[in-house]
Amino acid sequence: MNFPVIKGTGYVLVHAPNMMLEHGTTITVEKAKNPGSDFLKAIPDHIRSFEETVKYAPNQVYIGNLSPRDLETIPQPWFENFVEDADRQGKYGEIMPEKELYGLMKIVDRFELVELNEEFSAEIKEILKAKDIFTENQLALFDKPKSMDEISALVKNDTAKGLYDGDKLLGCVREAHESDPCLTADVVFENLVTKASGVLAMIALFKKNNIDPSEVDYIIEASEEAIGDMNQRGGGNMAKACGEVAGCINATGIDMRGFCAGPSHAFVNAAGLVQSGIFKNVVVMAGGCTAKLGMNGRDHINKKMPLVEDMIGGFAVLVSENDGVNPVIRTDILGKHKISSGSAPQAVIQAIVVDPLTASGMKISDIDVFAPELQNPEITVPAGAGDVPVANYKMIGAMAIKRGELEKKELMEFTKKHGVIGFAPTQGHIPSGVPLIGYIRDSMLAGEMTNAMLIGKGSLFLGRMTDLFDGISFIIQKNSGELSMGQDSSASDEFKQEIREMIAEAMQGIADSLARR
Amino acid sequence: MDMANQARIKETAEKFGKDSVVVILGGGEAESAGLTAETVMTGDPTFAGPLTNVALQLPVYHLFELKDLIDPAVYEEQVSMMEMVLDVDEIIAEMDNIRKECSE
Repeated sequence: MNFPVIKGTGYVLVHAPNMMLEHGTTITVEKAKNPGSDFLKAIPDHIRSFEETVKYAPNQVYIGNLSPRDLETIPQPWFENFVEDADRQGKYGEIMPEKELYGLMKIVDRFELVELNEEFSAEIKEILKAKDIFTENQLALFDKPKSMDEISALVKNDTAKGLYDGDKLLGCVREAHESDPCLTADVVFENLVTKASGVLAMIALFKKNNIDPSEVDYIIEASEEAIGDMNQRGGGNMAKACGEVAGCINATGIDMRGFCAGPSHAFVNAAGLVQSGIFKNVVVMAGGCTAKLGMNGRDHINKKMPLVEDMIGGFAVLVSENDGVNPVIRTDILGKHKISSGSAPQAVIQAIVVDPLTASGMKISDIDVFAPELQNPEITVPAGAGDVPVANYKMIGAMAIKRGELEKKELMEFTKKHGVIGFAPTQGHIPSGVPLIGYIRDSMLAGEMTNAMLIGKGSLFLGRMTDLFDGISFIIQKNSGELSMGQDSSASDEFKQEIREMIAEAMQGIADSLARR
Repeated sequence: MDMANQARIKETAEKFGKDSVVVILGGGEAESAGLTAETVMTGDPTFAGPLTNVALQLPVYHLFELKDLIDPAVYEEQVSMMEMVLDVDEIIAEMDNIRKECSE
């Protein structure tokens, strides 16, 4: 028994402007309802280039080239104040252009559903070969292109969704069944994007941290997609599907769902599996979501901004046995929103932040940094949804005031000291605390941070099965270096006492037998 | 206000009569609270939902405006934290404005 550690992190982004136009629900619904609307007409003038997304400061924070603290010093709007020397390769992963993701979708496709034309197949094979992360067998998949005539026909008769570069058709994703609503071209497209971006995040985790994928025992996938057919709509298993491509030959896995709280639930489960000794190395991961691309696009265009919701996100984190070095997950301090907790924001913060700290004799201000939902405010504020991380920090600070730990005038200072500025794309499960784990781990390894609380919250009403809220939190703590950290000392003392008594009894027996001689 | 909520408000007003319905908002932002108030008074300003061109003129208040009517213990337990977090004055001012602008 021992606390598990966060052994490595991988974070990736994909710039997906064409997917935003073809699969983002705000835009597809508008196309169906008001095909000639001013909103749709304005879109082409608001599309960002790949270079602009690489130079976009929040994206640089996401892949680890800047810290969240650096972001505080860069004036907004970030879509105008670029990071000029920005690199698409980062400490934790990379920012990928859309065309490369099309290639990756072909690589992760096991059912010949992704078709690419001759010209693009040849082009993308060379580009992906140069990345030096794919095998010869994977790259050989590009040697069987489809003709443009065939691809155009498939898209035209609505049995496939196009893969576009502007107006240019490069390939398509075919439907997987002629009459199954769970295997339409749209659904298969969405799931393959989640798979491809999830695999990319896993590759980043392994490559950036020198981790051998064959050492992974178990994978928990925590996106919000449903993988299955019409008889088992959410059957799964994206985790195993991603692990197969990423080379985790000794792993199996499971999909874990809970809307935006899914990843935090996944971490708690991963920590339990490792601490119990069931598995040694568990990867928690997720790819991104096409449906949410351009979700607040109407507001962004009204505010004369570029469409900044054009990024697919992905993450992968390895939870392993205590190595005495990496930060531990404190499985003894967990916060959970119970069925009886209540849905008022105050009840939620009480349940997932205050209660676990109180139970452990800690104050709110004892936590160095809180990692709640970390949406980039430049996306949410113009859409009227406010600055989500700041709202969370204010709520946590307000609870500290109510508990007499903080003066009311110190609230804003509290939000700055114990919080970070939001930098994650609005991809549901992606911004939910997890994007800060890389920064938290680095800060703890550098001795600059003692502890942090990760908070996952989920709006379950969206699925119409319950109107309950949900949330779960856990604490990451700097490793003390003791390999017995988290060992149950009372149980261990009891065991030692039992051995002492057994030895004493045996010695008494020997003494008695000697005395009888 | 989303389509489903507009439909529910419309249905409730039709079922119980406009004089028997009060709308209480709990939103955290002045502009969106104002838009919601406008929707239940003069109709959906985005011309997208069931309340398009339907002027229900329902009485509408934000929860913060009703503090004096709420059991102090319940308010303390459920709302006091958000009172510290949100810009209460801005929300109340916006509600006042919208009620003046939209009343017949």
